[in-house]
Parts: sequence; C-alpha cells; structure tokens
Amino acid sequence: MSPWVHKQRNLLDFTLSSLSRRKGKTLGMMVVYTAIVFVLASVMLFSHAIRREAAVVLAKSPEVLVQRMVAGRHDLIPARHLEAVKGIRGVQSAEGRLWGYLFDPAAVANYTLMVPTNPRIEPGKVVIGDAVVRARSADPGDLMSFRAHDGALVQFRVDKTISRESALVSADLFLVSEEDFRRLFGIAPGLFTDLAISVRNPREVVKIAEKIDAALPDTRIILRDEILRTYESVFDWREGMLLVLLAGSILAFAIFSWEKASGLSAEEKREIGILKAVGWETSDVIRLKMLEGMVVSLSAFLVGYLLAYLHVFYFGAGLFEPVLKGWAVLYPKYKLTPFVDELQVATLFFFTVFPYTIATVVPIWRAAIVDPDTVMR
Amino acid sequence: MLFQPAIIALLLASLVGTMMVVASVPFAVRVLRRWDTASGSGDQLDMEKRTYLVSTLLVVVLLSELASLVLFVFNADRMSSLFVGAMCAVGTLNVNDFGFPTLYLKIIVFFAASAWLVLNHVDSRGYDYPLVRVKYGALMALAPLMMGAAGVQLAYFLGLRADVIASCCSTLFSGATQITSDKLAAIPPEVSLMALAVVLGLAMVVGRRALVTGRGGVLYAILSIIVFAVAMEAVVAAISVYVYEMPHHHCPFCLLKGEYGHVGYALYLPLFAAAALGLGGGIAQPSARFASLAGAAPRIMRRCIGSSMAGFGLFGAVAVWLIWRSHLILIEQSPVNAILLNLSGGQP
Repeated sequence: MSPWVHKQRNLLDFTLSSLSRRKGKTLGMMVVYTAIVFVLASVMLFSHAIRREAAVVLAKSPEVLVQRMVAGRHDLIPARHLEAVKGIRGVQSAEGRLWGYLFDPAAVANYTLMVPTNPRIEPGKVVIGDAVVRARSADPGDLMSFRAHDGALVQFRVDKTISRESALVSADLFLVSEEDFRRLFGIAPGLFTDLAISVRNPREVVKIAEKIDAALPDTRIILRDEILRTYESVFDWREGMLLVLLAGSILAFAIFSWEKASGLSAEEKREIGILKAVGWETSDVIRLKMLEGMVVSLSAFLVGYLLAYLHVFYFGAGLFEPVLKGWAVLYPKYKLTPFVDELQVATLFFFTVFPYTIATVVPIWRAAIVDPDTVMR
Repeated sequence: MLFQPAIIALLLASLVGTMMVVASVPFAVRVLRRWDTASGSGDQLDMEKRTYLVSTLLVVVLLSELASLVLFVFNADRMSSLFVGAMCAVGTLNVNDFGFPTLYLKIIVFFAASAWLVLNHVDSRGYDYPLVRVKYGALMALAPLMMGAAGVQLAYFLGLRADVIASCCSTLFSGATQITSDKLAAIPPEVSLMALAVVLGLAMVVGRRALVTGRGGVLYAILSIIVFAVAMEAVVAAISVYVYEMPHHHCPFCLLKGEYGHVGYALYLPLFAAAALGLGGGIAQPSARFASLAGAAPRIMRRCIGSSMAGFGLFGAVAVWLIWRSHLILIEQSPVNAILLNLSGGQP
C-alpha cells in the first residue's frame, strides 16, 4: 500500500477515535445536521417525484388542444372546426372532446365529467374514480342522480370503479356517455368542449399549430409541451420558494456549526497542544479537523437523505404535502414512484455541506494555530 | 427563474466564494508588501498563522468552483425543457446574451482555480513558504476574475425568462450562420481528428520526456492547453457526429444527455482534469529552483504530468471507442488507403 493511502488511513482512524471520545458533542451535531438534510431532501424528493408523475401522465395526452374563444372566454366548439382541422396535412387524428365539471351538493365536491370514446359507456351508466367512491360511498350497482340544466333528474347506475393505481389522474373522474352528457348540460349535438389533435411527427407540431391558428382565428391552441413546461415551472417555483423560506434554517445551521466548532473544551485544546508538541504541523491539525467535519457531513448527509426518502416515498411526505401539492376536496390518495435525481443530490450537497464546511473553517483554524506551550501549561 | 433549486445553489456558491476571495485580498496586499521570513516580528508571525486560514478557505472555495462548473452545465442541460425550442444546454445558454459568457468564464475560473490549488499545494511542501508572494499575487488576479464570473452568472440567471423562443442547437451548429461554433463544425472531420491525434501524440512524447528527465513541464503545460482546445474542436467537428450518427448534428452538449448514455461526461471529465493537471505540472516545475522545494516540486510535477497523461489517454481511448462503435462512416477514404493508392501509381 502506498504511503499516502497509509497516512490517510491513519488520519481517518485517529479522526474516528477522537470523534467517539466526544460522543455527546458529535451526536448533537449529527442530529441537527441530519435534520437539516432531511427537511431539504424531503422537499426536493417530493417535488421531483410529483413533477415526474405529471410528465408521465401528460406523455399520453394529445399533442395539440384547440379551444374556441368567445370574448376572451372558453366556449363550445362547433363540428365544422373539427372538419377544418382534419383537413390539415400532418394531422393524424382529431376528435371532439366532451368534458366539464359537475358540482355534487351531497359530497360538496366537484367531479370531473368526461365522455370516453374508447370504450364507450352505455347511456344511463357511469364509471367513477376512487375519490368519488369514497365521497359518496358508492359501489357498483348503486344509483346516483343529479339535476340536469333544466331541473329534470338524471339518474346513473354505477357500472364500475376505476382502480386506485391511477388515482393521481382519475380520483375525481365521472365517466358518462355522450347522450347523458348532452342531456345533463343541454349541449346541442354538433358542439364539443374542445378538440384533441394528435400529430404523427413531433417536429411538425408547431407548424400544424400555426396552420390551425391561421385557419381558425377564433381558437386558442394549447400544446402538450407548453403544459409540461408550465407544470415544470410551477413545481420548480414552489420547491424554490420553500427552499428560500428554509434558507433561514440553513443560516441558523451554519451559525450553530460555527459555535460548535469554536467551543473547544480544555480537553480538546490540550489534545491539539500535545499533537503539536509531538511534531504535528498546523496544516496537519487543520487536515485532521477537516476530516472530522467530512466524516460528520457525509454520515449526516447519508442518514438524512435516507430518512427523507422513507418519509416521502413510504409515509407520503406528511410534513410538506399541503405546501407542495395544493389541496382539493376530492384529493387523490396515491403513492409516488421513488426516483432519485443526480442533479438534485448535487444541489442538496451544495445547500448543506458547503455552508457547513465554510462555517467551520475559521474555528478550525483558530484551534489549529494555538501554541503548544500556552495550552499545556 | 431565480427560484430554481440548482440556480439558488449555484448563486449561493459563487456568492460565498467570491466574498471569501475578495475578503482575502487585503491580506494578500499585506503579504506582498511586508512578508519577510527572516523577521521575527509579531506582524510576521501573525501573517504566517493567517496564511493557513486563507489557504484552507480558498481550497474549499476553489474546489466548490470546480464542482459548480459541472453543476452549471448539468443544470443548463436539464432546464432546456423549460424553454421553447431549446433541446439541450445550447438552447438554455442562448436564452440571453450572458449564457455562453458565463460558461466560458466558468471554464477560465476552473483552470485558474486548479492552477492556484497546485501552486498552494507546492507551496505547502516547502518549510519556508517559498511561493507565498507568487501565490498571493495570483490570488489578486483571481479575485476580479471570480467577481466577473459571479456577476455575469447572476445577470444570466436574472435574465432567464421561461417563455422566450430559444434557438435549438441544430440551427446554431448547422453551418448556416457566421458564429465561431459554426466555423468549428465546418472543419472537415479528418483534419480535426488528425490534428487531435498529432497534438495528443506530441503531448505524450513531451510528457514522457518530462517524466524521465524532469524537464519540459512548462512546455507540457502549454501543450495541454493546446490539446484541450484541439480536443474540444474535434468533439464538435467529428466525435459528436459519430455519437449522434447524424452528419449535421455537431452539438457538444447533447453528448451529456441520457439518450446518448451520458458519454459526454466520460469525454469531458478526463479532458478537463488532464488539462488542469497538465497546467499544474507547468507550475510545479519552475518552483524546483527554490532550495526547500528541490525534492518536492519535481515529484509533484511528475505526479501531475503522469495523471494528466493518463487523463488524455483516457479521453483518447473513449473517443476512439465512440468512433469505432459508431455506424456512421464519415471519412470514406481513410488516409491509409490514400497513401496506398499513391504508392500503387494511382490504380486502385
């Protein structure tokens, strides 16, 4: 083994034994450090996982959405617009979608109504999401009735429920047939909520959007990429906000580690004095102390990150949930897919280890320059 | 856009780092004016003690600068999804005028910081602080550089607006516009690869001589900067094309993406490390003049140049492997064939 490695091993050995000689102090430092890493890592892991979830969900959505605007407000779109869109070269398929929201006074909640085209739902039947099941304690075969736009009663028989796996997107879903949808809201045939267009070549999406814009000036065109980008921005922003709010705690942590590192006991001072008396140099003492810091840092980082991982992916991130994901009456119950991102780990490292190291340099130096005779006297 | 976690981290690191370096400038001035190892005055003793603090702080700060270059590029690549038309780091860096200057400044700071770290390391080997004036002189040059880099980076991040139309790399590197990077891409692949092979070979020869005789470290340092430049050019002109297997895609950043197995890191990390270490060899060698460093400086020089050669070798090996496994044939007539053709009198 090379002498360099040998030297580092001996230094590390010495470091570990000197840390274990001051159990209380080391443990106190570790607990605070781990807590800081835990809090920051939880925020990052959670917002990352939820962002990914959104991306996975949106990956299957149509490339282009076309909505009609009247006086700046979203309006129903006529079928002739659909024909115009279908005529554009490069459009693989286009269909009119019917969807909307329905307020249910019994559950005091809004359902998302949709008309699926594949497979179709028979008139009079309904397929409901997990949160609707919970809110109304409805089982397959039960009857649910709502007042239509003209006050008439419309009745649905629950056909089946949607499994909980896809709860993030399907929790408040209420899938009905086209006839029922039109009867419920009084929408005439030939009108749709919006148009969903799929494009074969992803590089043509922008061009096709331009063509639709030219052909149908009264419409608003929403690209899937735009939605994705917006989600990304929103979650980044929320995560960043929370981190800025937590900046105070990082600062407090830096002050705490400064204090801890400068409050040397007489015992420690004597130890350094003896080391210097037996021939250690100032730079060796600094290296020893930095190594101590590194051992504490890396262990705290690892433990904190692991705890955060458990917190987010096994315990639903109970501490930060409301801030990061927003709220609703029919909120889905779901488990996030575990995902660790390299950039995120690197960023977290910068947020915790860097301030700690900087904060401890001056106290370490102050300890290392003491003259042996003054402390041993 | 300031509320991006990675951006906050980068700004934090550059702010703290710049503050530390600027705060040590007055001390550097004091050292340059009053340093005298022969004197036993209280002032001198205080300065000797304080150099430990300053060099420890700077080691931490400069190491963080090295890491922040990687984080910056990584983050730029990741953020490309936030900008319309941006598909990799090029798009993100092009969102405003400060993107590429930030990258270039960060690369310069990277090399300056690693050179300073080697200088500091060499100095710590001598018992009589032989390089202390050089070190603090260099620090005073480093301070404005870091301030500039931090300022330009702040301007870049402040100017990021997630909704502007950024140009994608395919238009920048397509050869249609008059930008330096286009000229890089326009160089024929065989020329750039030949140039790379020549300078790499030259560096190996000079490096070997330096390892054996202990001389030529400065020459090697100059060569390693040239190798760095030529290698970057070869990446843009040829190697990246082999990776993408598309003759007109010359982007040096898409290599970092997961679609291509992050091979960019395998190329760039050894290259950057090798160039920085080569620079370090050139710094270590002249310090052997000092009596207290007569033993340590050549040893450090050898270690630097040896690892630098290994880094360049690794870079070369990765590049050859990328070209070898590629399905693209960029150079139809290999130079060997051309020579054979000439020898046989032009008859194939």
